[in-house]
Amino acid sequence: MKIGVLALQGAFAEHIAVLRQIGVEGVEVRLPSDLEGVSGLILPGGESTTMRKLIARWELRQPIEHLIESGAPIFGTCAGMILLARRIVDGDEPVFPMLDIDIKRNAFGRQLDSFETDLDVPLLGERPVHGIFIRAPVVERTGPSVDVLARLADGRVVAVRERNVIATAFHPELAGETRFHRLLVTMASDHDEPGEGSERRRHPLRRDTGGRAAP
Amino acid sequence: MSTETSTWATKKGLAQMLKGGVIMDVVTPEHAKIAEDAGAVAVMALERVPADIRAAGGVARMSDPALIEAIMNAVTIPVMAKARIGHFVEAQILEALGVDYIDESEVLTPADEAYHIDKHQFKVPFVCGCRDLGEALRRIAEGAAMIRTKGEAGTGNIVEAVRHIRAVQSGVRALAAKREDELYTAAKELQAPYELVAEVARTGKLPVVNFVAGGISTPADAALAMQLGAEGVFVGSGIFKSEDPARMARAIVQATTHYDDPRILAEVSKGLGAPMRGMELGTIAEADRLAVRGW
Repeated sequence: MKIGVLALQGAFAEHIAVLRQIGVEGVEVRLPSDLEGVSGLILPGGESTTMRKLIARWELRQPIEHLIESGAPIFGTCAGMILLARRIVDGDEPVFPMLDIDIKRNAFGRQLDSFETDLDVPLLGERPVHGIFIRAPVVERTGPSVDVLARLADGRVVAVRERNVIATAFHPELAGETRFHRLLVTMASDHDEPGEGSERRRHPLRRDTGGRAAP
Repeated sequence: MSTETSTWATKKGLAQMLKGGVIMDVVTPEHAKIAEDAGAVAVMALERVPADIRAAGGVARMSDPALIEAIMNAVTIPVMAKARIGHFVEAQILEALGVDYIDESEVLTPADEAYHIDKHQFKVPFVCGCRDLGEALRRIAEGAAMIRTKGEAGTGNIVEAVRHIRAVQSGVRALAAKREDELYTAAKELQAPYELVAEVARTGKLPVVNFVAGGISTPADAALAMQLGAEGVFVGSGIFKSEDPARMARAIVQATTHYDDPRILAEVSKGLGAPMRGMELGTIAEADRLAVRGW
């Protein structure tokens, strides 16, 4: 299996290293043709304003939207979360409006306000996730079909999932955290070859499993 | 659950988010907007680009805080600013302004001929220049969370930048090839802390992100730096001293992303107008060389 990592700019090498660590090949995606044969896609951290321009310039918007619509799993971190949001609070147009959230860029302030903290992410088990937040965004509204995966101590939402799209405001790829990537890979193999009795787009780890029988 | 701000991971991490990108020198809020619109990942706010600092002569200092603030208000991408080597009070002022990164830079006139800034004492992250691996590791030991090779700023001539990135990369490769018992002597020869030397030998790369600076003035220059191992580029005079800055800026951003694809490099290099004029290094007196500042 190959997982694409958008490599226009940002921390794409770090995501490819995590994938390698869990035994999966990561492919750098700079042009639409690089998406051929990928089972899922990661949108990494970086500068969302830069990525937005490069996505438009190299006509990546449509092919990535098609990939998301096909049900292939997508994982966005930080800038990647911004790219996936349906509404960006400071007024910029959305890029891939596939995730029903409102997002605020640089929500904590400038670099001096960047921070680290531990987060509970029940979906990933009891061990907390170490969150590294760098000029990070925050989710200000979630739509009815969006699952909240993690909140800060003050209640603000920093990780979400809607169907095949997962997004975090922080950087698991900088913290030696592999569980988000493992989840992505599990979802990708399920999408590639739905197991007996299951249907496409209905993932076993999703909370509302739509009445799917327990194994 | 404890929350900690300005940790080593967040300082180093911001540089990781800038990788594959172009950081552009800007001298006005209007320039900053042009840079952001062209796809710059960050801007360096300063009063004069290096070519003009070189032409003006005299002592070059930290820029006016009012100018830096105006630039911070003009864009949403990170804003960096320069302090003189060893001038920790300029750095304190820049930190108080809330800049996202400080460049302790040889482009300004050094304030101290023995000591660089103790960068561990600051919450804001620092980037520092280097000419080889030993210099890079000395700056990292002092707390630099990002490194850039120096090149020769304000010349529009890539030759020194190529020399410096090659020196760093071949230094890393040489360390990676050594036996463990050879690293103590290597640390002595590099004049760098053993722990950092051992880390580079083990991982085969620098512990922080490394960009190339100093002399990049075309898309091909940026791609050359990237193919030689840079993780991104700083462009100083090369953009706003060219005939069509917005166009040159866009082209250098495209070339930095697609550095390994000559067909795209050919496409983005077409019809850019004249790059900055540039200087032959032999015409610059030793005393006017910026890269030799710092140690």
